Amino acid sequence: MPWISACEADEIDAEDVMRFDHDGHTYALYRSPDDKYYATDGLCTHEQVHLCDGLVMDNIIECPKHNGRFDYTTGAPKGAPVCVALKTYNVKVEAGMVMIEIA
Amino acid sequence: MTMSDIQNHTRDYSLVGESTRRAVETGLASAQWYHSEVPRKVMKELMQRRDGPAIRDTIIWLGLLVASGAGGVYFWGSWTCVPFFFVYGVLYGSACDSRWHECGHGTAFRTRWMNDVVYQIASFMVFRNPVSWRWSHARHHTDTVIVGRDPEIAFMRPPNLFVGILHYIGLLDVVASFKVMARNAFGILTPSEKSYIPESEWPKAIFAARIHMAIYLAAAIASLLMWSILPLMLIGLPRFYGCWHMFLTGLLQHGGLAEDVIDHRLNSRTVYMNPISRWIYWNMNYHVEHHMFPMVPYHALPRLHELIKDDLPEPNPSMWHAYVEMVKVLLRQRRDPEYYLRRTLPATARPYREEFHADDAVPAASSIA
Repeated sequence: MPWISACEADEIDAEDVMRFDHDGHTYALYRSPDDKYYATDGLCTHEQVHLCDGLVMDNIIECPKHNGRFDYTTGAPKGAPVCVALKTYNVKVEAGMVMIEIA
Repeated sequence: MTMSDIQNHTRDYSLVGESTRRAVETGLASAQWYHSEVPRKVMKELMQRRDGPAIRDTIIWLGLLVASGAGGVYFWGSWTCVPFFFVYGVLYGSACDSRWHECGHGTAFRTRWMNDVVYQIASFMVFRNPVSWRWSHARHHTDTVIVGRDPEIAFMRPPNLFVGILHYIGLLDVVASFKVMARNAFGILTPSEKSYIPESEWPKAIFAARIHMAIYLAAAIASLLMWSILPLMLIGLPRFYGCWHMFLTGLLQHGGLAEDVIDHRLNSRTVYMNPISRWIYWNMNYHVEHHMFPMVPYHALPRLHELIKDDLPEPNPSMWHAYVEMVKVLLRQRRDPEYYLRRTLPATARPYREEFHADDAVPAASSIA
């Protein structure tokens, strides 16, 4: 699987999320409060809303439209109205760049 | 417009009918909505959850509820109980709606279980199935006042004002809610309910309905055993005699405004209100702001309003002003169901998003009354 350079590591604030588009697909990149990086699909599984406008609290991303919650470290749904898990992607930081493994 | 014309313009507000098919086909359903520009850092700050304001408000709410209820019981049998039940009724039958709403969004408290506990209590008070209505309200936010998609449209055109007035004593609303709850308790969900509640949630909706009905049955039995209406004055009946404030504020949210648009400035109303109503209503008078940014907790809505008000129609300065404006439109809609209030934007605002309504040739009121 190819690793894609998504952004500089310090472009994402701690406990925040950023949108990354590549090859017609949209992803959400997260930086946790303890400075670890994660990636998921960028759209909520409930109504296809961009998660990059949502709120990150600890390991939770909350959708900006209906407040559905996911654990962005695993993709697991954590609160209505979301029922379907988010797809997650491997992430690493190399030379100050956040890299995402595109499946 | 003749009666025949009005009948021809009568819309299908069901969630599984012709309007539903049209909304999906035209892209009105699940569309991208307009929102005012707010820098990400500012929005992130506005979205931050806090326990403090909602804990304070909940202690006051439940404290006043217990105190007024106790006063009502103590003075039961004399006219002195009336002011106590007046307060108890509003706290039970009206404040429950805003608590249900904000905790349903999960924005009232930072701590999840606190949202969930207050949501369950408020759902019981407001006589709503806590499972069904969570999904119903999600749909209301996805497809706000989209005919055939939104299950929470209060004024269907042509509006029936007699029904609107009956809302203030909860008569139709509670009776309808009771029927739904009873049907759910018997394990039955309608096709409309099934259209917005995921199948995995159906058993939860039925279980919740059975719990609610069991508590109401217990209160009714207590009343029979005591041969007194007092138990029902405390549980159940406040939803009739105390719901007037919920509808006083709630009917203003979208009444008389546009249908089938994708710009909340066209179909939602922000009204400046007195501090007591704002506390009961948990700041949902900032309704355009709430729909644009549902992640912003109730206590941050006044700050959000200050940030984006130059991009919004001028708010109504009072509930009275808003009612005069809305009732004028509703009266005209009885003859002309296509009519709606199209409010003037300030010069600083970006234009309305017109994708789905630019070709609407029907005349509309062009500014605030």
